[in-house]
Amino acid sequence: MELFWYIVLMTMLTIYVILDGYDFGAGIIHLFFAKKEKDKKAITNAIGPFWDANEVWLIAVGGVLFFAFPTLYASSFSGFYLPLIIILWLLIFRAIGLELRGQINNTLWHTIWDKAFGIASLLLALFFGVALGNVVRGVNLGNVVDGVSTHEGHYFFLPLWNTTFSPQAEELGIIDWFTLLLGIIGVVSLAIHGANWIIFKTNSDLNTKLRKVIFNLNFVLLALVAVSILVWHVIEPKPFHNFIDKPWLWIFPILTFTGLFGLFKVKSFKKDGIGFIFSSLFLFGGITTTVASIFPKVLPSTNTINPSLTLYNTAADSYGLGVGVYWFAIAAVLVAVYMFIQYKVFKGKMDDIGYGDH
Amino acid sequence: MEDMLFYDRMQFAFTITFHYLFPQLTMGLSLLIVYFKWKFLRTKEDTYNDAAKFWMKIFALNFAMGVVTGIPMEFQFGTNWAKFSELTGGIIGQTLAMEGMFSFFLESSFLGLFLFGEKLLGHKLHFLTGFLVFLGSWASGYLIIATHSWMQHPVGYEILENGKFVLTNFSALFSNTWLLPSYFHNQAASLVTASFVVAAIGAFYILNNKHSNFGKLFLKTGVIFGFFASVIVAVPTGDLVAKNVVKYQPATFAAMEGIFKTEDGGSEIVLIGQPNILEQKLDNKIAVPNILSFLTYQDWNAEIKGLNEFDKSVHPTNIPGLYYAYHIMVGLGTIFIGLLLFAVVQLFRKKLYTTKWILWSLLFMLPFPYIANTMGWYTAELGRQPWLVYNLLRTAEGASPTVSSGNTLFTLLGFIGLYLLLGLLFLMLAGKIINKGPELKKH
Repeated sequence: MELFWYIVLMTMLTIYVILDGYDFGAGIIHLFFAKKEKDKKAITNAIGPFWDANEVWLIAVGGVLFFAFPTLYASSFSGFYLPLIIILWLLIFRAIGLELRGQINNTLWHTIWDKAFGIASLLLALFFGVALGNVVRGVNLGNVVDGVSTHEGHYFFLPLWNTTFSPQAEELGIIDWFTLLLGIIGVVSLAIHGANWIIFKTNSDLNTKLRKVIFNLNFVLLALVAVSILVWHVIEPKPFHNFIDKPWLWIFPILTFTGLFGLFKVKSFKKDGIGFIFSSLFLFGGITTTVASIFPKVLPSTNTINPSLTLYNTAADSYGLGVGVYWFAIAAVLVAVYMFIQYKVFKGKMDDIGYGDH
Repeated sequence: MEDMLFYDRMQFAFTITFHYLFPQLTMGLSLLIVYFKWKFLRTKEDTYNDAAKFWMKIFALNFAMGVVTGIPMEFQFGTNWAKFSELTGGIIGQTLAMEGMFSFFLESSFLGLFLFGEKLLGHKLHFLTGFLVFLGSWASGYLIIATHSWMQHPVGYEILENGKFVLTNFSALFSNTWLLPSYFHNQAASLVTASFVVAAIGAFYILNNKHSNFGKLFLKTGVIFGFFASVIVAVPTGDLVAKNVVKYQPATFAAMEGIFKTEDGGSEIVLIGQPNILEQKLDNKIAVPNILSFLTYQDWNAEIKGLNEFDKSVHPTNIPGLYYAYHIMVGLGTIFIGLLLFAVVQLFRKKLYTTKWILWSLLFMLPFPYIANTMGWYTAELGRQPWLVYNLLRTAEGASPTVSSGNTLFTLLGFIGLYLLLGLLFLMLAGKIINKGPELKKH
């Protein structure tokens, strides 16, 4: 039963990253490449009717985490207190940037909310990458100092950074050179993903340029991914032990690289939606590869005193998990129906939707 | 440790108080918009459709504020109340996860269609999307109140040796005696807020001699819905909620009503008076004898236990705060019923639109249903203290063990600044929409 909910949770997490990921990516593209009002309009039209529903996946992931793995929810949300609250603030800025921009027709007003939307999107992509980095690296569970736990073994707290920015220091921080590297991968991969979505959903003048941007960013992404695999050994001596034990897991890294290499042909894709499929594959593969590498751990411990948090030692009681399957199955069908309707009504190009016009 | 708990509580109180200013309008207003759209389908009069469109603009802005201030609520269970989440997550995680899965997806998927899809969908389907948004927002309220009811009156659980609460009966969460009275009390109160907002804007247009056509429609709709809703808030729902409190949380009831000592021969109802905790009495009180006993037990002489009968350790932690919250809520609720009764009478005498004092009163009444709703929630929450889960888990045992007060104060200050900005933006933009009015440009 724990394993079932773990798979549900990870599936929901990847769906969230793929969906809200294109919103963040569109924001990054908006920040750096949309100079003309027409281009900006095209980008906000492409995500306008979707972003709110996409963000609900984050709330749903949080809810299912709370319900199925309460100890993991409690430990990680209090331990990652500062970055999570900062993520909340950024989500607020990003949402009001999108929603309030069109309320007043004034260039200065537009500039303020364009920047709020763009910068918040960029920082969110960075922070989500950093978050993934923290999970891979692990945390000092129990806040062990000199071999003694200063808290219960499944609680911890991390400051934003430590003085050395090193992932191997005894006192860890949220941001170190390793987590930052994953953060930058987050920014680059979501920028590519967002650009693909814009190409898919609009006929904007930007599209030709965006294909070039994707092509170039893809080289950067490839280099960053290569570096991250190399330095992974610094953090974890045997990063691939799960893959050696269970060879079928190689499907995940293979999907990652299919997505990554597929995008080098971005300039010759016949249909506008193909690029989006490849960048989704990359994100799906990237996240599943990462969580598979630490399985069944969900939050590794960096000390030898307190055991890592796993999906088994953080799960709720079996009766609750069992009864949850019933309502979850109904809800999942309903959500699929809603998404089908939503994407059917707003199918094809969205240039004329008029998002933000009042 | 003490100040750590203080800042955790302040942050939750501040963020939830600010957040709930928006959903209370969302839930009530969605019903009124669906009503306007339904009237349009029935009568084909454009005024109703334009009215629906106008309120959808306010609704969209209000909804966005509700969403952005709502996400921090779910996060804070884990960030600031980790121990509480760890111990009770197996139970309240159910209802909170269900809220995300059943109501937020419904609301958000159809909100986009509702706001942008009128041309694409046609009026009938457009009405349906509006109805689904209404349904989603009311389902969200239901699941939140189910969670709240479990904390007030825990059912269907078992406590393990390690202190964890585990669920033993899923359906008990929904057949909890606390749930339905509280739910309908809350929903009717949110309809009171929306009705007053609609009526106040109507009064504003009539007094201003602008958009008077719409002004009359808003006023009429607002006072009729508002009158029925404000009566339902009191009877039967408010009455039933109070009876739950007196039965299951007698010390809370005593503090709410300001009864320090059990009185022989029936309890009086206190209208005015300040709790004096040092001397355990009310200063300069004005009270009507025996009424409280009658309201509570339908018996003029029934005994109601005073605070003196309970050990200090289970007294609500903030007795004056609880007493005032409750009295402000009840006082305002009574004023609402009275004012709206006058308004409805004048409406049927066809004099409402010219009765200046009622129009001015309705206009100035705008903030008060928000205050009444907030005070109602303060009554429920302060009334549950010192417990997180009534009689089982103390608030002090629920806070995050590793988050220091300095970090909580840092984020509390951030939230205060950010929400101040949000509040100003909301007022400015809502003011702009209202000032522009529902009149559409002729093409």
